[in-house]
Amino acid sequence: MPFVILAILAALPLTGLSSYAMHLVILVVMWSVVGMAWNLLGGYCGQVSFGHAAYFGVGAYTAGILYTKMAISPWWGVPLSIPVVALFSFFLGYIVLRLRGPFFALATLASGEVMRVTAENLVDFTGGTLGIMIQERTWVEKTWYYYIILLVATVTFVLVKKLAESKLGYYFVAIREDQDAAESMGINTTLYKTLALCISGCLTGAAGAFYMNYMGYIDPNVVFALHDISIITIMIVMVGGVATYWGPVVGAVIMVLLAEWIRSIPGLGTAHYTFFGILLIIIIIFLPNGIVGDFPKLKRLLKLQKA
Amino acid sequence: MADLLEVKRISMLFGGLAAVNDVSFTAGKGEILGLIGPNGAGKTTVFNIVNGFYKPTKGEVLFKERRISGLKPHQVCRLGIARTFQVVKPLQRMSVFDNVLSSAFLRAKGRAEAEGIATDAIAFTGLADDRDVISKGLPLGKRKKLEISRALATQPEFLLLDESFAGLNPHELDESIEIIRNIKARGITVMIIEHHMRVVMSISDRIVVLNYGEKIAEGTPGEIAKDPLVVEAYLGEERSA
Amino acid sequence: MTSAQIEVLLQTLISGILLGGLYALIGLGMTLIMGVMKIINLAHGELMMVAMYIAYWMFVLFHVDPYLSVFIAAPVMFFLGVMIQKFLINPVLRVESILPENQVILTVGIGMVLSNLATMFFTSDYRSTPVGYATDALYLSDYWKSSPIELSLSVPWSVSFVFAVIITIALWFFLSKTDTGKSIRATAQDPEAALLMGVNIKLMRVITFGLGSGLVGAAGCLLLPIYYLFPALGGQFTLIAFVITILGRLGSAMGAIIGGLVLGVFESLTATYIGMGWAPVGRFVMFIACLVFLPGGVASLLRKKRFGA
Repeated sequence: MPFVILAILAALPLTGLSSYAMHLVILVVMWSVVGMAWNLLGGYCGQVSFGHAAYFGVGAYTAGILYTKMAISPWWGVPLSIPVVALFSFFLGYIVLRLRGPFFALATLASGEVMRVTAENLVDFTGGTLGIMIQERTWVEKTWYYYIILLVATVTFVLVKKLAESKLGYYFVAIREDQDAAESMGINTTLYKTLALCISGCLTGAAGAFYMNYMGYIDPNVVFALHDISIITIMIVMVGGVATYWGPVVGAVIMVLLAEWIRSIPGLGTAHYTFFGILLIIIIIFLPNGIVGDFPKLKRLLKLQKA
Repeated sequence: MADLLEVKRISMLFGGLAAVNDVSFTAGKGEILGLIGPNGAGKTTVFNIVNGFYKPTKGEVLFKERRISGLKPHQVCRLGIARTFQVVKPLQRMSVFDNVLSSAFLRAKGRAEAEGIATDAIAFTGLADDRDVISKGLPLGKRKKLEISRALATQPEFLLLDESFAGLNPHELDESIEIIRNIKARGITVMIIEHHMRVVMSISDRIVVLNYGEKIAEGTPGEIAKDPLVVEAYLGEERSA
Repeated sequence: MTSAQIEVLLQTLISGILLGGLYALIGLGMTLIMGVMKIINLAHGELMMVAMYIAYWMFVLFHVDPYLSVFIAAPVMFFLGVMIQKFLINPVLRVESILPENQVILTVGIGMVLSNLATMFFTSDYRSTPVGYATDALYLSDYWKSSPIELSLSVPWSVSFVFAVIITIALWFFLSKTDTGKSIRATAQDPEAALLMGVNIKLMRVITFGLGSGLVGAAGCLLLPIYYLFPALGGQFTLIAFVITILGRLGSAMGAIIGGLVLGVFESLTATYIGMGWAPVGRFVMFIACLVFLPGGVASLLRKKRFGA
């Protein structure tokens, strides 16, 4: 089954989709990566991060700064963002992971904002609010961008699945379910939470570095955005399905298409956050484990309506 | 008997109040040590200190002649001390088997070995039939057994059982007594906190009695039953209750 | 230090304390909600933004002074808070889910809707409220002719500060002297015990959320004469509110007041000596330092001194 899906996805550019359609597909795949990464930390390990923009942005800026300061291809940012973000998340994890539950949520939210304000003010290094612009795009065609992000997504999917089914995955879920119990079962909760955060951060950072290359422009308000990155990431996983393999993918499809659809309605374009907010509220109240996680419940609800 | 666990003059202060005050005792290898006392006597606090959740304000704890006070719970567990909780803490959305498997990884070299350990541990407490039940849906008696299985899967030398009998019906009570006797037969030293006097008197080799955070008596069940201080402490509790 | 430097320092401290008074009020609302509900309300700043628009339109359409609007906006916000708690947050408390932070995410959704609706109705323009006394100030040299240094005290800032102090005292009175207040405190300390004592916990939660919203609504009105108004301002004040709460120790009202003042002074110092743009960074550096070195908040330092432990 996964191979069939992968084959279909790999053949997608051959079907002659319009450039705009390819753009949407690329966004869906990129957001799936971020969603899957968040899901590893939030869904499996139970550490709900409100600041994944921090990792996304650091990844994007790694690529951007390589280009502006070292004059090498920003594509190096995709692999090189991994050690950079790993170091960054290790440091950040040391601070935020000693906190539990809502305090962790707050600290991560703050860390995303700290990064945004820092990037705005470190003008010499980041270009401040003017951002970073890549003058010459690698390709005009979208096909290669698509294959690159599809590769990242496939690696992410396989990695998350392998991890979730290994000892590490059991430890993550044990920590999510009861940290005290996990600790007294001999699980070094600090270590494993840091691991989950680092892996999650690195994958998100890689997506951020891709974003820099693909969009060709970043600024602090774009890549360190609270709503546009951190909250959308949470929504993708919440809508799709917490702690499921396909949930973030389903969530990314829905969120990207929904955003495009709302933007295309005249007069409602600015209202997309109202719809997102209402969608989030509805999901939390009626399908708290997302479409994939609460699929049986969803089917029941739909059947009831038909009857 | 060589002392496996040595608790030396530990005190635990919370905001100026002593939950445990200058308590010392030892547990010899292979024995069952009971820890009793009225509500709020500091029994669970003692467990939390031994297990590493709290660092004692004063005093120290030695396990196999090695100082363990100040270590983290997971380090203490790795050294061979496992525990259960008075308020059971099952990993709610995991099946019984996955709960136990999660802790079996601690000493297993691979997944297969961990599964073997977990299978043994649930068979030991009689949960084999509930292997795939999600633990949230278990009745209390089975949750208590799950806690014991999970603790055993870490292959401890020393097991702390915090009120593993509270809220059980007489039939479950007998089963649990049997389980603890079997644990002892495996050579694992057991320390139990228990309110159920009949149980604690029948299975303990020795008993330590706490009241208001202080040790007021220690001895065999026979000695404890006759100790005037102990009788006073328990009567006092009944009067106030 | 030259007298000019002393002047700058004192002036910075004064504006820091005035700012801190308002911050304390914003933090108090959040502290109250956190203490009783054990959840973080990430729509806190957005609720304040709504109150500010109410006061703004009251001023523009009916020439009601923002300080008078406290008595309109705060009750409206109280009602809004009650509705949110009753119809959105309470149902979620009962829903079983993997992530325990669902209520927090829910408040994010509420905040998103509020700020986006404000953008749609009022555009994202920055507005200021042209009250007549906006630039009035008292000068030290007017009262002390031979003063070696010159200090000024902005009238709207000072009035807002005084209002904040009065509201804080009223809140203290309510929490410590009335039955409802005592029940709220009992619910915060130990919900199970409170339930056994016959406290209607559910009602207390609803009242608390209303009260917290009302407080931040009042703070919004006080902020209006001295600050710009735009739909997206909520987020930054939500952050400020929780920095204060963490700074002061969660759930402690005294902590929120101390936290607010400390943050106000600290931000004011950062803005003067490092640069305006860095004030938010200073805020977060302080927040993170607090989390790492002072998990009990600033209040824990004071307590340690008192008991000598």
